[in-house]
Amino acid sequence: MADTDRRKGLTAYLLMAPAVLVLALFFVIPFYSLVAASLYEPGGSDKEGWEMTYHVGNYVDAVQDYWEPLWHAIAYSAAATLICLVLGYVLAYAIAFKSGRWKSLLLVLVIAPFFTSFLVRTLSWQLILADDGWIVDTFQFLHLLGDDGRLLGTHFAVVMGLAYNFLPFMVLPLFASIDKIDHRLIEASGDLYSNPVVGFFKVTWPLSLPGVVSGTLLTFIPAAGDYINAELLGSTETNVIGNVIQLQATDAGHPNTAAALSMILMVGILVMVLVYIRKAGTEELL
Amino acid sequence: MSSPAETTDDPAKAAPASRSSYDGLRLSALSKSYGSFHAVQSLDLDVPKGSFFALLGPSGCGKTTTLRMVAGLETPTSGTITLAGQDITATKPYRRPVNTVFQNYALFPHLDIYENVAFGLRRRKVGGVDAKVKEMLELVELEAQARKKPAQLSGGQQQRVALARALINEPEVLLLDEPLGALDLKLRRSMQIEIKRIQVEVGLTFIHVTHDQEEAMTMADTVAVMNAGVIEQMGSPGELYENPRSTFVANFLGQSNLIEGTVTSTAGDVVTVDMHGIQVSVPAARAHTDGGKGWIGIRPEKVLIGAAGTELDAPGNTVPGGVVTDVSFIGVSTQYLVKMPWGQELQVFAQNTGRDRIFRVGDPVELSWRPEYAFLLDHSQDVNAGAEEAV
Repeated sequence: MADTDRRKGLTAYLLMAPAVLVLALFFVIPFYSLVAASLYEPGGSDKEGWEMTYHVGNYVDAVQDYWEPLWHAIAYSAAATLICLVLGYVLAYAIAFKSGRWKSLLLVLVIAPFFTSFLVRTLSWQLILADDGWIVDTFQFLHLLGDDGRLLGTHFAVVMGLAYNFLPFMVLPLFASIDKIDHRLIEASGDLYSNPVVGFFKVTWPLSLPGVVSGTLLTFIPAAGDYINAELLGSTETNVIGNVIQLQATDAGHPNTAAALSMILMVGILVMVLVYIRKAGTEELL
Repeated sequence: MSSPAETTDDPAKAAPASRSSYDGLRLSALSKSYGSFHAVQSLDLDVPKGSFFALLGPSGCGKTTTLRMVAGLETPTSGTITLAGQDITATKPYRRPVNTVFQNYALFPHLDIYENVAFGLRRRKVGGVDAKVKEMLELVELEAQARKKPAQLSGGQQQRVALARALINEPEVLLLDEPLGALDLKLRRSMQIEIKRIQVEVGLTFIHVTHDQEEAMTMADTVAVMNAGVIEQMGSPGELYENPRSTFVANFLGQSNLIEGTVTSTAGDVVTVDMHGIQVSVPAARAHTDGGKGWIGIRPEKVLIGAAGTELDAPGNTVPGGVVTDVSFIGVSTQYLVKMPWGQELQVFAQNTGRDRIFRVGDPVELSWRPEYAFLLDHSQDVNAGAEEAV
């Protein structure tokens, strides 16, 4: 009896071993080296080497110097997530409840952009939003933009690019949640004196919350770390923290600053996500 | 019985007072078609206020469609629905004083039992929610489960929540769509009694849709038997069982022996029928045919069985020459199949009183029944209609 128990325990460890190994190699070790780099003495260089002095000041300096791109990253990502949520919810709802036999085709169309490279798609937006492009021309004609107004290089372009690129990450979990909702529950809410709008907020929306939570997380987290959109569609005014980290880690030669900023971003997102999940879990989000 | 609705087709006259004095639910010439399929065909039906009404029929007969039209979940192709004198044909479901107990309960999984039951009151912004919910949970004996989620309850408890959630709104009509279909037999029986008790207690109009004839007969005051989009017959359970008007009702509600015969004479209130050379009589009130030929119907438990040559206590219709071909001993009764001289096998249920011996396969017997229990149905109908659909 005890023997089989021990064998069972051994099997469990053996099965877990590959995952533990992969995590150790690809997460724990790089994470350790990141934490270490964030505490290097600032005076070093790649040529002369870096000295470990547990220099916590790196963090203070990083926040003081780069609070604006840090704030941009969070704000752009939050705005893009909100836009994705509104657009994505309508889309997912329509696909789940109203598309009939077109359901599968529409779902394929949602993920179709993934067949092209992220970079290429963002670059093509650069052309679409270009100063002499037809959108800017049209906007100028309609006086939505001034004569020397532009779209490229603005907050708007960056947020729009993020929303465009991460929309499928919002739609898919939302669809999975909404599609599972039993239509009879919506009928029941109508039978119990809810007009369609009240029925939506009392039944459909709460039942789709798991999709809302995972969709917003899957959008917000990668969007907060993304710097391609800010790089290609923005300007120096719209730098996000990702741009700074990339620059500091490479050309500027300050891996300690880059590492400290990475840590700040990671911990910041982690805290926000935890608070969000807690709130969503206790229905305070409603 | 369904009486033709007062025909006031002009919706402008639909003012409550002038419309109709009928205070129950009235369906007039109600039809629903899906393309070329007619789910419900020109249905006329009156459900008196405060009654327990059952719509009984096999699956696909249109009973659920009828119910959903009353709830407002389906739009009728034609016809009108009036409730308490008001035309509600085009009224949105959330504005109808009608509530439904759905087939699979459709309880809101994200709300606890208390909030499920309170749902309708909160939407209508009715006061005193707490007292009403507590009273209702007490009625269905679920006070202790108030803060549980539906998934934590058993099937029978969920059923009672669904009932409470609808009842609390005190609707003009409560619709029950196969409410006991998902429960096991034993629980179903106790819930039938429970629901009937609650209906008597609250005094609301209940319309119960079911394919289970026993369920309809135990619970309802009035049963409408539906088949292929039309109502075959309507009446009290006893009336339907004792005096069916069609072969469908005769076979769907319990079992019937249907024997071919030719009407030979009608004298006063007795119709005489020639049944394969044997003269049998049927009361005129129970003869539902105009033609010369018909189906003589007799319920298996109304048929007496005796050894060939015995005097059976049923003057009038004695049929000799039977041979027992099958015997099933049930306990309280014995069910026989008896082959008659004309080749047909008749069913006989004999109560095991101990007075008569139990016959064996091959025994020559004679059958007999009292004429007042027999009925005569139109020969143009399919003799097996409803037999396969019956549960």
